[in-house]
Amino acid sequence: MASSNDSISKTIIVAVALCLVCSIFVAGAAVGLKPIQQENRDLDRKRNILAAAQMLQPGQNIDEVFANVEKRLVNVAEGRFATEEELAQAGITVAAYNQQAAAKDPALSVSLSGDQDPASIKRRANFATVYVVKDENADARIILPVHGYGLWSTMYGFMALEGDFSTVVGFGFYQQAETPGLGGEVDNPAWKALWEGKEVYNEQGDAVIALAKGAVDPNDPQASHKVDGLSGATLTSRGVTNLVQYWLGEDGFGPFLAKLRSEGV
Amino acid sequence: MSDVKKVLFGPILSNNPIALQILGICSALAVTSSLSVSLVMSIALTLVTAFSNLFIAVIRSHIPNSIRIIVQMIIIASLVIVVDQVLKAFAFEISKQLSVFVGLIITNCIVMGRAEAYAMKNGPAMSFLDGIGNGLGYSAMLIIVGFFRELLGAGKLFGVPVFETVQNGGWYQPNGLMLLPPSAFFVIGLVIWALRAYKKEQVEEPEFKIAKNSRSQEAL
Repeated sequence: MASSNDSISKTIIVAVALCLVCSIFVAGAAVGLKPIQQENRDLDRKRNILAAAQMLQPGQNIDEVFANVEKRLVNVAEGRFATEEELAQAGITVAAYNQQAAAKDPALSVSLSGDQDPASIKRRANFATVYVVKDENADARIILPVHGYGLWSTMYGFMALEGDFSTVVGFGFYQQAETPGLGGEVDNPAWKALWEGKEVYNEQGDAVIALAKGAVDPNDPQASHKVDGLSGATLTSRGVTNLVQYWLGEDGFGPFLAKLRSEGV
Repeated sequence: MSDVKKVLFGPILSNNPIALQILGICSALAVTSSLSVSLVMSIALTLVTAFSNLFIAVIRSHIPNSIRIIVQMIIIASLVIVVDQVLKAFAFEISKQLSVFVGLIITNCIVMGRAEAYAMKNGPAMSFLDGIGNGLGYSAMLIIVGFFRELLGAGKLFGVPVFETVQNGGWYQPNGLMLLPPSAFFVIGLVIWALRAYKKEQVEEPEFKIAKNSRSQEAL
């Protein structure tokens, strides 16, 4: 038995048979559980959007609260909401649009190089998903998706702004893989709370918000544009600064927000 | 019967995979900052060890010696992927916290060690029990570490406040170090100390003797 086990034919048969059985097993589990996982992911995304906007109280039904939020698409280059014709031409619908996937599609995105790409995202989707809050009583008026490279990973997050389109209501990442305990502290609720009430734009209308090195000096005249840096995570902190300044700056949502400020939502 | 008992409960105290064999330390550091995550990780690892042992024992007489490690790895990896998928579907929050560590069960020495050391030589039923037993040994350690780290680090157990922390107007000043991975080294070390004080036979023979302090003349 032992010797026949080690023959070349037996070895190959065992290897092939085992791989077949295991692959069917794994594929079955992955395909069978996919709908439930997708649902979880959507729910998690919604939770993060609402958490950034500080709209979620514990125990509330996420879908119910989310009904107050409207998903809309923005033409980033033109700085305005996307028109129906544009979307029809590009063959996308608001409900099904996935910005993360579109950023990889050459037809739906632009390539960024060197100076244009401080957030190291390589390609930027032509249309960005934004969430407009319909509830008049809520603090947050608009929730913008932002993403960029930290130290190890692309970090995806949401930033919610008040009706002046400059004051931060909340900010948080929903997907990142930075060093746990150092850069991973971007998920720390205490750090995320520091963003509340900060001003993104200065008087000239430039997106100047940045992470400071260490703690922010409250007497600094620029203190309202600065957030404490993450200790032990210089590169992640720099990445956060870059991605926030990119997405809220001239090449990102800057023109769009300026338009909203003058014309309303 | 005594065999079953030995295989099933032996690994908890007298042959603990973490405390005696010092295996699986990596995940024991990483996932023990809260008790609920430790518990899910324990269940996941116990299931993987038990079923990988079972399947390997079933086909053990057909595994060619030359590719046996690969065969074991394929079975373990498949099980781990399935566990990961199930967690993503039914315990999404916890799977986000466990993140990469569920995938890393594949490389957990305990799983591979039991497959190679036990399942290759014993029948399916006993191998399955051996997997459960070693899973329990790992779980016991993880839960002890998780208990102390969450209690001292956050004043909570299973997310429920036990000690009111200063931040919430209570008396307890949480020890932030306990939430960071290195603290698990201290807790594991203390547990090993306690275990070896109780079960003297686990104390290892020193591999070398430390020489007496050299005198000042010799040092020159």
